[in-house]
Amino acid sequence: MKPSTWTALAWMIAFAAPVAAQDYADAYYPPEAMDAALEAVRHETGGQRQFYFQANRFEYRSDDETQSLAWDINAWYGGRLNRLWIKSEAAYDLESGAFEEARLEALWSRAISPYFDVQTGLAHDFESGNGRTHAVLGIQGLAPYWFELNFATYLSDQGELTGAAEVEYELLLTQRLILQPRAAVSWSADAIPDLDTGSGFTDIQAGLRLRYEIVRQFAPYVGVEWTRQLGGTADYARAASADPDTTALVAGLRVWF
Amino acid sequence: MLELSLLSRRHFLQVTAATGGGLAASSLMPAWAQSGPDANLGGLRPLSGTEYLLEIGRSQVRIDGQSGPAIAVNGQLPAPLLRWREGDDITLRVHNALDADTSIHWHGILLPNEMDGVPGVTFPGIRPGETFTYRIPVRQAGTYWYHSHSGLQEQLGHYGPIVIEPRGSDPVAYDREYVIMLSDYTFEGPHRVFQRLMAQSGTYNFQERTLPDFLGDASRDGFMSAVRDRLMWGRMRMNPTDISDATSATLDYLVNGHGPNDNWAGLFNPGERVRLRFINASAATFFNIRIPGLPMTVVQADGVNVRPVETDEFQIGVAETYDVIVTPQDDRAYTLMCETNDRSGYARATLAPRMGMVASVPPLRPRPTLTMRDMGMAPNVMPGMDHSSMPGMTHDANVPTAPTAGMDHAAMGHGAQGSAGGMQAHDHPRGPGVAGVAMQPVSRLHEPGAGLEDVPHRALAYTDLRSLEPNPDQRAPTREIEVHLTSNMERYMWSFDGRRFSEVVEPIQFTQGERLRLTMVNDTMMVHPIHLHGMFFDVVNGETSYKPRKHTINVKPGEKLSVDVTPEHLGDWAFHCHLLYHMHAGMFQVVSVRAPVTSSHHMHHGAQ
Repeated sequence: MKPSTWTALAWMIAFAAPVAAQDYADAYYPPEAMDAALEAVRHETGGQRQFYFQANRFEYRSDDETQSLAWDINAWYGGRLNRLWIKSEAAYDLESGAFEEARLEALWSRAISPYFDVQTGLAHDFESGNGRTHAVLGIQGLAPYWFELNFATYLSDQGELTGAAEVEYELLLTQRLILQPRAAVSWSADAIPDLDTGSGFTDIQAGLRLRYEIVRQFAPYVGVEWTRQLGGTADYARAASADPDTTALVAGLRVWF
Repeated sequence: MLELSLLSRRHFLQVTAATGGGLAASSLMPAWAQSGPDANLGGLRPLSGTEYLLEIGRSQVRIDGQSGPAIAVNGQLPAPLLRWREGDDITLRVHNALDADTSIHWHGILLPNEMDGVPGVTFPGIRPGETFTYRIPVRQAGTYWYHSHSGLQEQLGHYGPIVIEPRGSDPVAYDREYVIMLSDYTFEGPHRVFQRLMAQSGTYNFQERTLPDFLGDASRDGFMSAVRDRLMWGRMRMNPTDISDATSATLDYLVNGHGPNDNWAGLFNPGERVRLRFINASAATFFNIRIPGLPMTVVQADGVNVRPVETDEFQIGVAETYDVIVTPQDDRAYTLMCETNDRSGYARATLAPRMGMVASVPPLRPRPTLTMRDMGMAPNVMPGMDHSSMPGMTHDANVPTAPTAGMDHAAMGHGAQGSAGGMQAHDHPRGPGVAGVAMQPVSRLHEPGAGLEDVPHRALAYTDLRSLEPNPDQRAPTREIEVHLTSNMERYMWSFDGRRFSEVVEPIQFTQGERLRLTMVNDTMMVHPIHLHGMFFDVVNGETSYKPRKHTINVKPGEKLSVDVTPEHLGDWAFHCHLLYHMHAGMFQVVSVRAPVTSSHHMHHGAQ
């Protein structure tokens, strides 16, 4: 096919219907110049793409046993409906100098309703000797009463089915001082002895972070996070003489641009 | 046929030199915008005549001592005041000295389509280094303005006033006049502002409801009432403090290019009738305007004379103009207070008998909050949720019923459908870009605008406006087109009928010479200044043959209003929200005025 055919095809796919010619001006100005100008205007009138980066949590954590660095970082690129998301969650043990967990996800995100996106793609866990790649299907959005929700299920290359759900809320104490409760729960369909994971609900987390938005894009915070491992997963922890129940103090930065 | 004039830079400069001072001196502030006895139309001349040379280029603006990048016309911000005469045919050569395309749109000027200056719609735009020649037959008088229609250049300073002197005598008598051009500027840069709004639409709202606000409401209205109120808004994921998305957190507000501390001043002699020509050239800001101690008589709106009406305060939407007469009697200074509608900031100027005099600046009033009515829900659906008064709602004369071919003017002005009427139909796509729709939108033309409902003085509403001259076309409309203003604030998506312009499939079609009723339903939670190029709106506000005529109309949240139009000039005309970031996000359409297909049928389109 000729390049012009491709352009026409791309145009039809992009807008699902032929664009009505705005042809009056063609009597006065070169039609090609008008077409190019119209295409540019359409792009910059709702068709823009942009890049967004957010370190929702980037923090130092300290509990009875360990000191660690943890992050929850998201970035996306795209338009209003379709986006490529990159997500990363990790915890780095400062004493042993190793990652406790490190996950990277690349997801295609599609807006399916005013407040929710469906996300699908791949995730990879970077764990020495136990790295896994997962297919991901999730839903993310804003529920009534301003709860930020994120549900995701993961099917690993070992055939294991796991999942996580997360909810966040923001309580404005002042215009800049914001209390953010957060809760998360993880589950696994089967026991995964390689990963010291039991079946059923594996752990639950509840956190409270108080941040001060010096500007909206830059907010230091302090907080506390309680984690409890559950069921078989807790048994694995006990067997390794670890406490399945930990409370950590956190201090970090929330940044976006 | 008109041609693109491509002049080389060298040729352009020669022309400039020959014309003598078309490009003014290096001063950024044009003479008309400077303070003092020579301000505006005093000793220093605005650009006038029938031949103009305008050069659009990069510049620096200085606001309250801080300097930032700007786009200026002839090195000036605001751009030069153009003073035309009704009946003249004028020529404007516009040179683009930027490194990006630019354009000038003549806001409110009725002209041939190919001179309207909207890239991609009426012309290709002006490329860097090119000169475009606009030829405009001036067939109207009044206060108008011009601005870029390219990208976000308007926010950078690319706007200026136009005053057209009437050919006959001016029905408005005055001893002295000033242009008061209101605008906003961001040191952050407009593209950054847009990106941040797209990323997090509440970025600039520092007037959200907080926990102490909740406790205050609980002690005032009762705990359960405050909880119910929070739950109601929370359930809809709507924020009652979303009055404005770009606020003083990023914007500085200007009068004639002056920040509040720069304090633009205009002089008067006590007893003089002073005409103030207000133009809101902001990208994103509605202003509430008052002059404490001085009543204002509104004599013109959007360039069209109105029956004089006295008021103490009025809200001016983006792109609107109002001419008022004030007659200060005392030997004292007056503050021209231009508070933003979200009350996050203000522009300010001074009227005084002598330079150096100032009057006190009143404190900002508390920001208004939205009510159920802004959501397009009849207040009786949820009693107790709407705390505002409802003047005029008992006989709602302004919401028209769907017209039929045989209707007369009286029927058009007094439709029976009112606030207690049926549910609004929504025949447009919903999807991710439409967070909500107005179930029972009502006419709000009698309301002065958010935050002015309960001020202890007079505040202007559209129902106070009555054209001084009878409307040129008094035929009853023969068909009605309904357009919905739609959005999803969380995603910062703004559109007409659920489609951003990037997704639009078909333009809206008008027929030349027809009389048509355009009804707009605002499904969003914000007020939108809707502007249609190439023709005027005859606002269906209860008047019959003296409807106020406007080029831009504010459609309030949850409102349904109608305007009648008579498309005269063939071509494709831009139709958009004049909040620059809303337009940029997609709230833009094209109205295509086509020739009637056959002469015998063109007046008999059915209701759509």
